[in-house]
Amino acid sequence: MHIPDGYLGPTTSGFFYLVMLAVWTFASKIVKKTLKAKQVPLLAIGAAFSFLIMMFNVPIPGGTTGHAVGGVLVAILLGPWAACIAVTVALVVQALMFGDGGVTALGANSFNMAFILVFVGYYVYRLISYNSPATSARRVAAAGIAAYVGINAAALMAGIEFGIQPLLHHTASGQALYCPYGLKIAVPAMAGEHLLVFGWIEAVVTALVVKYLQKQDPALLAFAKETPL
Amino acid sequence: MKTVIKLWIGMGVLIVISPLGLILPSHFKAGSAWGEWGTEEIAKFTGYVPSGLKKLSGLWNAPLPDYAFKGWEAKGMAHLSAAYIFSAVIGIAIVGVLAIFIGRLLLKKKDER
Repeated sequence: MHIPDGYLGPTTSGFFYLVMLAVWTFASKIVKKTLKAKQVPLLAIGAAFSFLIMMFNVPIPGGTTGHAVGGVLVAILLGPWAACIAVTVALVVQALMFGDGGVTALGANSFNMAFILVFVGYYVYRLISYNSPATSARRVAAAGIAAYVGINAAALMAGIEFGIQPLLHHTASGQALYCPYGLKIAVPAMAGEHLLVFGWIEAVVTALVVKYLQKQDPALLAFAKETPL
Repeated sequence: MKTVIKLWIGMGVLIVISPLGLILPSHFKAGSAWGEWGTEEIAKFTGYVPSGLKKLSGLWNAPLPDYAFKGWEAKGMAHLSAAYIFSAVIGIAIVGVLAIFIGRLLLKKKDER
């Protein structure tokens, strides 16, 4: 889901940089008020986990690859604003150090994976887990479903961003200037592979870690309870 | 043992097995992720390379492109796996330090107020 340089035109890249500038500014204001000193190590391992889990490319035999993002898990532990910052850090390092995701596309990639994925996932988790105790089976299910919905929302966004490029930018003869595939191809491709395969990986990873933390340290799952919607 | 330490041990295990993210796609003959093709692949699919894409695609020269060392593309899976693990360690170190730095920065401002 890491859009490389050259697939998005300047309008789309610029637009998402502006949107994310506002989101990052707001996120740092919120996190400044809510972050506790003991949560800083968790922020670091959350960002590192997101970075690492994205290296586990899962193949669709003979087709494409994809991966989990881990952003919903970080949101469950630290809230969506801190998770937004954590996943952004992972995405920045991936783009600059490893060429995974474009530098010009960093705004859009952050919008998809550090904003949409994280927030959609977090609120689905809150909605489903509602008032259930931190150690309930319902929390595990909520985490899995939230992760699945979150990554699919992000994949849909990426599909739309790819797909509008031929509409926005083309030559007089109709050749695309950036991503050559329109909405009819990009959206089913991005949404389909995540609905069928990669979404389940995000779901299983997230649910398993939440289940582990329920046994190991349920206090870490208290964020949702302590924070009003 | 503190949870965070246990989680870091888990991360260590994941780092060691991270080359699976390289080996499995290669074994099952899966190509690039959708929309992450290089210009040659695009040309193969559509018959041309969009001019804007061509111009921007080489914009950034990452020090460890695709989690490997430059010029290692033709090396075998053992070399690439080693580079992948190295990339994971370096990447996690930078990500971790940056996150702690940002975390501390945000905490500090709270204390000043």
